[in-house]
Amino acid sequence: MSDSIRFYLNGTLIERPVSDSTQSVLSALRYGMRLTGTKEGCAEGDCGACTLVLGSLEGDKLRYRAVNACILFLPELDGKDVYTVEGLRRADGTLHPVQQAMVDLHASQCGFCTPGFVMALYAHYLNGGSFERAVLKDVVAGNLCRCTGYGPILDAGERIGKEASSDHDHHGAAKRLSALKRDVPLDIVATCPISGKPKRYQAPLSSDELAHMLVEAPDAVLLAGGTDVGLWVTKQHKRLDHVISLTAVEDLRFIRERDGWLEIGAGVRHSNAMDRLGALYPDLGELLRRFGSVQVRNSGTLGGNIANGSPIGDSPPPLIALGARIVLRRGDVRRELALEDFYIDYGKQDRQAGEFLESVHVPLPIADRIFKCYKISKRFDQDISAVCAAFSIRLEGDRVCEARIAFGGMAATPKRASRAESALMGQKFTEATMRQAMKKLADDFAPITDMRASADYRLKVAQNLLLKAWLESAGDEGPLRLVGKEAAHV
Amino acid sequence: MSDQSMAPDTASLCDPIHGGVAQPITHDSAHKHVAGAAFYVDDLPEPQDMLHLYAAQSPHAHARITSMNLDAVRQASGVVAVITAADIPGHNQIGAVFKDEPLLADGEVFYNGHPVFVVAAKSIEQARAAAALAKIDYEVLPAILGIKDAHEAQSYLEPPQSMGRGDVKTALNRAPHRLSGHLSVNGQDHFYLEGQVSLAIPGEDGDVHVYSSTQHPSELQHLVAEVLGVASHSVTVEVRRMGGGFGGKESQAAIFAALAAVAAKRTGRAAKFRLDRDDDMIITGKRHEAEIAYDVSFDTDGRIDGIRFEQFIKCGYAADLSLAVSDRAMFHADNAYYLPNVEIKSFRCRTNTVSNTAFRGFGGPQGVIGIERVMDAIALHLGLDALQVRKANLYGGPGRDVTPYHQQVTDNVIPEIIGALEKETDYAKRRAAVKAFNAAHRWQKKGLALTPVKFGISFTTKHLNQAGALVHVYSDGSVHLNHGGTEMGQGLMVKVAQVVAEEFQIDVDRVKVTATHTGKVPNTSATAASSGSDLNGMAAQAAARTIKERLVDFIAESRGLPKDQIRFQSNKVFIGNDFVTFDDLVHEAYLARISLSSTGFYKTPDIHYDRDSHTGRPFYYFAYGAALSEVVIDVLTGESRVLAVDILHDVGRSLNPAVDLGQIEGGFIQGMGWLTTEELVSDAEGRLRTHAPSTYKIPVASDRPDAFNITLFSNTNREATIHRSKAVGEPPFMLAVSVHSALLDAVASLGDGTQLPPLDAPATPEAILRAVEAVTAQNERGDG
Repeated sequence: MSDSIRFYLNGTLIERPVSDSTQSVLSALRYGMRLTGTKEGCAEGDCGACTLVLGSLEGDKLRYRAVNACILFLPELDGKDVYTVEGLRRADGTLHPVQQAMVDLHASQCGFCTPGFVMALYAHYLNGGSFERAVLKDVVAGNLCRCTGYGPILDAGERIGKEASSDHDHHGAAKRLSALKRDVPLDIVATCPISGKPKRYQAPLSSDELAHMLVEAPDAVLLAGGTDVGLWVTKQHKRLDHVISLTAVEDLRFIRERDGWLEIGAGVRHSNAMDRLGALYPDLGELLRRFGSVQVRNSGTLGGNIANGSPIGDSPPPLIALGARIVLRRGDVRRELALEDFYIDYGKQDRQAGEFLESVHVPLPIADRIFKCYKISKRFDQDISAVCAAFSIRLEGDRVCEARIAFGGMAATPKRASRAESALMGQKFTEATMRQAMKKLADDFAPITDMRASADYRLKVAQNLLLKAWLESAGDEGPLRLVGKEAAHV
Repeated sequence: MSDQSMAPDTASLCDPIHGGVAQPITHDSAHKHVAGAAFYVDDLPEPQDMLHLYAAQSPHAHARITSMNLDAVRQASGVVAVITAADIPGHNQIGAVFKDEPLLADGEVFYNGHPVFVVAAKSIEQARAAAALAKIDYEVLPAILGIKDAHEAQSYLEPPQSMGRGDVKTALNRAPHRLSGHLSVNGQDHFYLEGQVSLAIPGEDGDVHVYSSTQHPSELQHLVAEVLGVASHSVTVEVRRMGGGFGGKESQAAIFAALAAVAAKRTGRAAKFRLDRDDDMIITGKRHEAEIAYDVSFDTDGRIDGIRFEQFIKCGYAADLSLAVSDRAMFHADNAYYLPNVEIKSFRCRTNTVSNTAFRGFGGPQGVIGIERVMDAIALHLGLDALQVRKANLYGGPGRDVTPYHQQVTDNVIPEIIGALEKETDYAKRRAAVKAFNAAHRWQKKGLALTPVKFGISFTTKHLNQAGALVHVYSDGSVHLNHGGTEMGQGLMVKVAQVVAEEFQIDVDRVKVTATHTGKVPNTSATAASSGSDLNGMAAQAAARTIKERLVDFIAESRGLPKDQIRFQSNKVFIGNDFVTFDDLVHEAYLARISLSSTGFYKTPDIHYDRDSHTGRPFYYFAYGAALSEVVIDVLTGESRVLAVDILHDVGRSLNPAVDLGQIEGGFIQGMGWLTTEELVSDAEGRLRTHAPSTYKIPVASDRPDAFNITLFSNTNREATIHRSKAVGEPPFMLAVSVHSALLDAVASLGDGTQLPPLDAPATPEAILRAVEAVTAQNERGDG
């Protein structure tokens, strides 16, 4: 057992005991290490002011990613190469090119969000890639600025792309990190500073270890990306007495094709899943891009989003429409079920004590399937859906032979629109048929009114999305999107 | 002329200084911002044993506290003090203007979220956990939550106000056309990225030093003193910078500063009150929600004859700055248009909701959006292009230069601005393209709108139009600059430093920008009303001039030269045909015992206002601008995007074009957020449901249109402002009204061209779809 974590912070090895395993990295940096450049704007992973860059070994490859420090628990830093805004200046004190571009282009006003933007851009700079405007807008979609209007920040990003390229020593960093690899799982037991009760954090190294730990401690909170669990602590002020983290479980990070299915391990982060799924289903790629900011996608996992069971999670509706299946594991016992059958009621999933979601299986595209999905929210980027809709339709001749329509935000769980589906089955794929299905949707769902949308709007827009799916696949206007790659004609 | 008298080899001696006025230099803290090295209050090293404060909040919108048992709170781990209204040593009052705002609830709570008591503990987690242990019984009382309820109950902060000119009744009845309608406009959260925070450090004699993120250090100092029951000289307030303010830290910061000071004084330990985002959004006031009703008559060209506005302003439970905000909504009900016969009635609704406060534009946006809706309504009614109607109504031409408050508009440039923007953007062609797009697309519709802004500059409360500065020149020639203005990102400090650099003709790096400090410059006004550089720039210039005059006197006397032979330029002082460096001269003056420190003072001339009759000259001058926005909507979902924006804006002679362009863009995008994605939603109990960025959506980078052109209008302030510049903080915010108007245009394209869609603000996807449905339903009825 070890109560200390080891990580590199701005190039220096830190070995540090953890007295509170659910303390956020942000809090530890600001109030424990006097690194106050990283700011708190929201403590829920939504504003990006606390963005830092995390390098981790995936296999023997080192990957850097921007993440939100406010919802990252301190032990999750173990074995990582961490950069904060204080670590960017050159040895001679001059600003890093990312910083200098921000200065030269007047990209800061009040300056409070600025370190977060610098770090989001720095992560992108480390990884290389395009610095086109469209890409940059996505790179900083998780960073809120209330002063500038963003133009100068995007200009700074373009300047970085033109004038600077990373001279970061990935190889050296990978070597340093591999020396931090653990042979035995990190296991921290500390005392809760509020309740005085013991508090435990474990980070198993394999899925087998994870499976056994969970059987032994079925009440432990399973931590994947922490983009929701983090908020239990920062927003709901819950005390988590026992956390088991997936962060070190390498063998759940697989993405593989097998027998017509794409199998995605529960540890795969959205940013990795998005690329593969987007290549198969472009609509799904754009949905997953809008699903959350880069920082959120870099932390959150597809498995976590599915297992979480939120009625407004964005991945279940399209995956249900596609007929995805999941594998659940308890100890050494596995069972497989259709994703839609996993969701029983609000906050209730078909998951036994000690069981965890091991992988999700998504069918590969087949030629005659029409697949469309839509996300309706007040803001296009980094917003939670009022309604998320997905349509998978297959035709035999001009008639519908398979209809799978799933919605998020319309019920207590992600749910199929069975009556609307019935209205389509066996019918000619025409506007009139679609309008019949639209009517039936009112029998499928009785949505609620909340801060995101009214019940009326939810139902109306859900119906209209049926029409839109038809217009886009059978109508003659082509794609009808305001955002994404298909919006170019606007 | 003097340059020509220079010997050729001295020409390079006269290189311009770095950072004089009109140069687009970077923000003075930019290099610190990007390095994480700029200190905000929460970044200061924490004093030993510092306490953290947490405020327990009312769960009811209106209730009487029948019993309060805080024993368990006091006994909880880490708790050092619990403060209730009874524990306030001085006055339990925080009202900025009227004494109607208890710092902590005293027997009665007035809004859901009202702070009831405060826990001071060793950690914020302990403070929060302890607060949850309180046993408080409430007797729930009837609550007025909305404008309609308040109006019905005649729950007002003051009697309804009226402003106007001419014979409205006759004008409304005689014109060939008459329309009436109304518009609902939601509030807005400031969403400064740095939440409210204050750190109070106890000193000797019961003094307190407060570090606060506030736009109004002097008021905060005075209020803290009253709450503590001490004289103002016992309280010092210091502000280096804020992580955004936008009006939200004008009066609101005082609550947290006062409570931190009370805790510090009571415990003898430093106390920090930093709100997390949720508490910040719940406890602090916002932009005022408004209902605007209009009744207007006009001729066949759309030119207004008579107009009556009724403005219902949701003020919340206490006055705060609401009366002045409501006044400004009236002042801008004309925006840039001459209204021959006009009446503006204003109802200041008191509700059981958080007390609303200053926010960029300060009521102006609500006034402007009202008249711009009228312009659109007239245009649709007559089947005219809305720009044509707007142009027909602009100030300008014989006799068309008096505002509803009887101030003459003498600096009008709006016809030129609109003309130039129309030409530059090829408006007619853009309009034709939008029409063609709409004809070719059934499910997406575009909209276009060009709207002006005329914004009055000055505090409408006369005595606030004053400022002070303190300038020291040290014996090495470096300069220490201090003034009453505060930095919240708007670039005030760099602008004022440029003014001082220009005055002394030294590089701006020689001028040290220092924290605003009530011990250095007293009795200052809030950094608000866009007035920061106008007022403080003049005060700092006056201080620098005093020192400069002493230096000139010294040289004239010591060298026996006439004063007109002495010239400050390029980090030097030219004396006849000779020169010395500024630094050497200063050192020489120091040795000669010349005072090198001075205060400076400024008060805006020629303004007056009679609030009883709502007439006068409240504004020293007006700032102008116009924006053309193009949008597209999705007819099936109500989603929208702003595609292109062109802005031409008047900042007079810019003190710093880079800073001014930043203010224009930032103000516009913030205004766009107010009118599109930002929606404050409360439930039936008056509980705010959108209190974090997960639910309250300010614009992100991708919401900014790719085609976004901002040009500064070439102009010089007619009034003798600092280097003939104009204020820039607030006016551009209202340029975003063009986005709302363009969205209305897009929805209206679904109708027969004459229907006014019922589109309120913000135009969320839901609001747009509702308006789309209303227009198409009307169409179908018409067809049937």
